[in-house]
Order: sequence, then structure tokens, then C-alpha cells
Amino acid sequence: MNAPLPGPLNDNPNLDRWVAFPSPGKVTVLTGRVELGQGVLTAMAQIAADELDVAIERVTVRSGDTAKAPNEGYTAGSQSIQFGGVAMRQACADVRALFLDQAAKVVGCKVAELSIDDGRIYRNGISTGQDYWTLSSAVDLGVKATGDGVRKRVADFKSIGASGGRLDLPGKIFGESAFIHDMQIDGMAHARVVRQPNRGATIGSIDENAIRRAAKGPIEFVRSGNFLAILGADETAVEAASVAAVNHVTWQNVEVAAPIQQEANWLLQRPVVERIFGTPDAGNPQGRERYEATYTRGYLAHASISPSCGLALFKDAKLTVWTHCQGVYPLRAALAKTLKLEPASIVVHHVQGSGCYGHNGADDAAADAAIIAMQKPGQPIRVRWRREEEFIYEPKTPAMMVKVRALLDDAGKPVDWTQEIWSPTHNQRPGAGGNLLGALALPDPPPEPPPSDVPEANGGGATRNAEPLYDIPAKRILHHLVTEAPVRTSALRGLGAMPNVFALECCIDELAERAGQDPVQYRLSITADKRARAVIEKVAAMAKWIAATPRGTGTGRGIAFARYKNRAAYSAVVVELSVEEEIRLHRVWCATDAGLVINPDGVINQLEGGIIQSASWVLKEQVRFDNGIASFDWETYPVLKFSEVPEIEIELINTKDEVPLGVGEVTAGPTAAAIGNAVSHALGAHIRDLPLTRERIMASLLKE
Amino acid sequence: MSKKFDFSVNGQAVSVSLDNEETPLLNVLRNDLGLMGTRFGCGLEQCGCCMVLVDGVPEKCCTKPVWSVTGKNIITVEGLGNAARPHPLQQAFIDEQAGQCGYCLAGILISAKALLDKNPEPSRGEIAQALDGNICRCGSHNRIMRAVEKAAAVMRAGKAR
Repeated sequence: MNAPLPGPLNDNPNLDRWVAFPSPGKVTVLTGRVELGQGVLTAMAQIAADELDVAIERVTVRSGDTAKAPNEGYTAGSQSIQFGGVAMRQACADVRALFLDQAAKVVGCKVAELSIDDGRIYRNGISTGQDYWTLSSAVDLGVKATGDGVRKRVADFKSIGASGGRLDLPGKIFGESAFIHDMQIDGMAHARVVRQPNRGATIGSIDENAIRRAAKGPIEFVRSGNFLAILGADETAVEAASVAAVNHVTWQNVEVAAPIQQEANWLLQRPVVERIFGTPDAGNPQGRERYEATYTRGYLAHASISPSCGLALFKDAKLTVWTHCQGVYPLRAALAKTLKLEPASIVVHHVQGSGCYGHNGADDAAADAAIIAMQKPGQPIRVRWRREEEFIYEPKTPAMMVKVRALLDDAGKPVDWTQEIWSPTHNQRPGAGGNLLGALALPDPPPEPPPSDVPEANGGGATRNAEPLYDIPAKRILHHLVTEAPVRTSALRGLGAMPNVFALECCIDELAERAGQDPVQYRLSITADKRARAVIEKVAAMAKWIAATPRGTGTGRGIAFARYKNRAAYSAVVVELSVEEEIRLHRVWCATDAGLVINPDGVINQLEGGIIQSASWVLKEQVRFDNGIASFDWETYPVLKFSEVPEIEIELINTKDEVPLGVGEVTAGPTAAAIGNAVSHALGAHIRDLPLTRERIMASLLKE
Repeated sequence: MSKKFDFSVNGQAVSVSLDNEETPLLNVLRNDLGLMGTRFGCGLEQCGCCMVLVDGVPEKCCTKPVWSVTGKNIITVEGLGNAARPHPLQQAFIDEQAGQCGYCLAGILISAKALLDKNPEPSRGEIAQALDGNICRCGSHNRIMRAVEKAAAVMRAGKAR
């Protein structure tokens, strides 16, 4: 009886969806996971190299292609290696086994006598003259995976566990055409959309002449309902026209977000769907001491370094789309619905974009190109959003308010924990109930999706990491899913994990302080989980943590911990900083246990990125509203600069026998909370609202 | 009525004919000359993805009109080196795996080149200052700064020989 196949392999069982031997000496592996700057394609190549026994140089990874690659849904949630990588391992192991069976037949020997080295097959160490490529015509990979292929033992890994360089990085460093933005198709038209300000807004007037004058070159308009686009052969003219169009197209039924709506406390008293998880609330029959604190975070932008881009061609009743989105199959399904085409007549190819940290404008830009392409059959269409367009129209991660209530025992340890959350949804991806932006402007816009959030089975959205991992006898989550947000909200790196871990880990520090205990010792005293204890102890040792250092000296250290989704990687972070009028980050230490590590340097790179991005969110970032979204460029939405990043030291606890766990999101929460705790250590006062701006620090200092 | 603009890119004389003399240099590099290494990031001279050297000075070129570079020498990331002959900065960036998505790197390499041309032994603080006009959103800053230090050391050693 075989173990069940890994999920993605079970969903896409035909081995030819995963592995091909296209020409002598070459191996192609196909994955539904896409490169978002996280190095996943390199990790997949390492996995294939080891499981197939070929040199990594022979391996080409094709990814995100509805014509060929497996359907693995979205590349999100730090799941690519944990699930997609494990599926790739098994698929390659099954393929290797099929070839060994065939080789045994050809050679006339037992499989046990055979081995493979760099694709060549040996019998008891002597070359058989056979290899993958001589046998490939006789081995049908159209068969279903069985899971019979024996995966390599940890001790036999060569490429897995080694820090091979990223395969895609050199091309980017030499300035080659590496991104979707660099694609050129003969006869291609550049296009920009004159964005509908909000659902239900209608075009009042279009001053075409003024727009054409501003273009200083030939342009044409394409319109369908309230979807208006400008296109032409010269990108400069099209761009100038689209900038001018902002002032020369008037809209009716415009709704704009107001400053009062930008803070999380606006979410109170809104229409909600109530969701309750965990231990029923028994009240406080023993009259235990109660501790309560409220934490907030505003709306954040993904702020990918490049605005979104999409290309499309509608020709011979087939639509081809090129996109840097996270899920080519869900996008295809959403496009089919929007454009009233059969999914079978649409092919969606993934092409790399700039760093992607969640649901940004990528799907929408692809839809824009597709909508225009449908009206211009035969002509390739390239849409590239303007910077301001990306900031204003990309889905935002929602503001959240998190109220923690703890009942404490006589030693000051929590015995009952309630985390109460107010948040709009963290998921309006196409295919998950959300709509493509351009579709809302078409003559027959799709209905408003019913309110929902990421299911708990997938780690939850606003509830992600809302339950402490600590040994607390009763824990519950109350989620007020706010159904009317002032802006479109969706997934950003870690979803609710950052505000939830910020709240609960800052609260744990407050409880430790209240109990007169050191934060490291206090955490260890309520954690039996060995892997959790190991990262906390490790990071404390790395940082040479000293208990009972005085508070309020202007410099501070803070620690925080989380296990991502309470079931993925473990990470503990210590931050050292100083506070004057502003916060200056000095050093960050991080210990992480991500199970089996495919590429240690790749993992460290991801962890560093998560730390720096989280630090940027905490110190600087909030989307401002003022007559609409007022954070529309890098000056109105500043992020951490080179001169502001801390030194970072990371150690991996490489538990090789555990399943590999994703790391892209694991540091977001612990970093935010460690900064919060260090600031409170430095100031001797708690600031519970993010971002930790100069104004908030000054207000806190004045209160003292 | 199209006009001709003559300048040099990576040591090669180029001549482009354009109707609109306000066309940004970035669009000329990418769309007319096919040099895709210089990236579009904001079109507002804020993010540094489009950094090039204009007569040796690092400048953002996403709004820089083509007429303003007539007769000037432009260096883009493609002019630094290639896989066969990488510039020490490019080699150091690969050695340090200094990047995640890599979109910002072309502009950063140019800013770093300009820094090392002026200051062959910059401190970490000076490197950070020189790169503050470039945004990296993935959080590769420390690796990037380490790579610049490493390249500087390699280049100094090369000169000393």
C-alpha cells in the first residue's frame, strides 16, 4: 500500500506534466510554482538534479504555463517547497524508477544492479551505454505517478542542502531581457488603461482632443462600457496620453476614501460577519486577574519595485496571455468568465516580474491586456501600469485592530487567551471570489463577491497566527470580518500573521514585564514545543541576551517568536535599536527552523528580505487616504532605504529529517513584534499602533 | 517631422530619429536601441531602476529628454560587462547572491560603479549613502552593500598589481 501522493502530484498525476527529456543531455522539469524573486526555480532544479541523478546544469525549469505545467493553484503562503517541492521530488523519483525498469529490460538485468550518474545508467558500476535520452522514446511518461519511486535519502543529497547560486540572477545582473516588461512581440501596441476610479463609476466625458495633443504622437482609443484604454506603437505617446487622461476624462458616481477611514479604529461599528474559533468562552468564574491591550496596523501596499505588466494576443479564436501573476490557472479561469471564452481557448504563460509579495496588480494588468486584445484581434497588446496606478489600484493589505484579553494565574502566566480581530478580507484573488479590476468597468460587471476570508484549513486570513503557540489551556479567536472596506483588500506576505504576532508577542512581553520576568525566560516557561524552544534559545545565545537590562534608556532590545501559521517554519528574532525622535535599527538576529533546507543561502536571503520588509512596514509604511488614496509614489509611500537597514545575522536550525517548510513569510510577525518590544524597552512605554512614526514616538515621550 | 539625435551608448556611436524630442532616454534605450537592462520603475525619478551614467555621472533617465543627451556618453548596465567578461561589481553581486527579484540591480550597479569611480575605498556608510537613491523592495540591501565592498577590494587589488 503506497502512501498517498503529495497533493499537487495527486492533482496532476501524469508524469509528463512534471518531467521531459527534450533533447540529448537535457532535462526539463515543469512546475506550477512561479519565480517571484524568491529563488523557487533554482530550488526546483536542485530537487530534480538529486532525484533524477543528473547534473543541475542539464536541468531547465519551466513554470507557470497552462499549456504544459501542472496546475498548482497559487504560488503563495510559503508553500512552494513544502508542497510543490515535495511533489517534484516524488515525480522525479517515479520517473527515475520507470527509466531503471526500462534499462533493466534492455540490459537484461535486475533493477537493483543499476545506478544512475549524471543521467547515464551503470550496471554494477560499469557503463551500460544507456542513459535517459537513449531510453526516452521507449519510456512513456504519459502514465500516472504511483509514488513507487524511492526518494533519495538525506545522506545521498548532493544538490539539495547546498547553496548553489540562483540560476536566474546572472542574467538580471548583466541586464539581459529577464522580465515580462522586456518582452517585445512584432507589431505590438503599447496600451494604458484610463482607470475607473471605483466600481459603479461611469464615464462622464472624454476630451479626446486634449489627450491627443498631450500624446504628441498617434494614439487610438478602445472603449467597452466604462473600460477605456489608449494604445499606439509609441510607448512615449501612449504614456503621455494616459497621464493627461487623468485630467481629461470625467467620471460620475465617484467614491473617495477619506482620512478618517485610514486608521484601523474606523473598522469598529462597521457591518461584519462574525467568526469564532477555538475554546468556548467560559467567562472568568474564578475571578482571575485580567490583562487587556489593543494593537492596530493601517493599510499597506505591496509596492513592488516595478508596476504591473501584462501582454495578450487574440488570434484565430485563441487568447494567449503573458503575466507575472501568482496563479496562471486561476487567472485563466477568471479571464474565461470575464471574456466569456472557454478556458480551453486561453493559454496563460508566466513570465517573471519584479518582486511579488502577494496579490498586487499583476492579474489585473494581464486582464487589461486581454480585454484590449479581444477588441484588436491579431495585434499583440502590452499594458504596463503607471507607478501611481500601481499604488492606487493594487489591492491593499487591510488595516487590522487586534484586541488581546488574557486571564492570568497567580504566577502571572496566561491561562485563557482571547484574540479579537477587526479586519476586512485578506483574499480577493481572482478565482477565490475576487474580481479582475478591468471586469468591473465592462458593460456587464460581475456581482460583488460574498464576504469571505482565507479558510482556516489554508492558514486563515485575518486569523492567521492569531492563536498563540504557547501552552495556554484555553484559546479562542473572535474575528469580526468587516464587509465594507474603503479600498480593495487582498493578500500581502503573511496576511494577518504580522499584526497578530505583533499583538500577541508584544502582549507576551507586557505580561512578562508585569510578572517581573525576563521576556526570554517567560516565553520558555510557557512553551513545551521543542523546536520553538530551540529557536528562542538559539537567538538569545546569538544576541548574547542579558536579562533584566534597564528600561527607558533610549536604546533597547526586543525578542519575538512565531511558528508561521502554527504549522510551518519556526522563527525567533531579536532586534537592537535606539530611539530619539526616530527609531534607528542597529542589529537583528534571527534563528529559524524550516525543516529540510533545499538551499541554505536562498533561505537566508528570503529571511533577510522578510526582516527588512517587515521593518519597513513597522517603521514607515501606511497607505494614507485623502480624497482617495494619497500614497501614490515613493515620496508619499516611503520604504526603508539602504542607510536605514540594520545588520542582520541569521542561523538555520537545519532539521534535515523534517519536511521542508517555506520561509518567505515566517519573519514578518516576529520582526514586527521584536521591534515593538525593543522600542518599548528603549522608551519604557508601549506604542501599540503601527507604523511607529515620529509623531507616535513624540506623543509617547510627551506622555511620560 | 522627425529629428536626429546623436550620442554614444556603451562606447558605440548611435543615431536615433524621433518625432518627439522629449522622448525619455529610458524609452530610447529600451524601445529604439533594444537595451532592456535599464528598467522602468516609476517614471518619476524616484526609484533608481533607470540609473545610467551620463558622461560618468549617475542619472535617472526615465524622464530625461533625449535632446539633453546629444553628444554625451551613456553607460548602461550592459556596458559594464557580460557573462564572458563580467565587471568586478557584477561578479561580486553574483558571488554574494546580492539580489532577490533582481529588478533594481541594473540601476544599483550603475550607482555603485559611479561611487567606486570616485571613491575606491568607500565605508559601509558611504556605500549606503550612494545607494539611497535606489530602492530595493525585496530586502537585499546588506548583500548588495557587501558585494560593493567586495568589488571595491577586488578593483583596488587589480590596480595595485
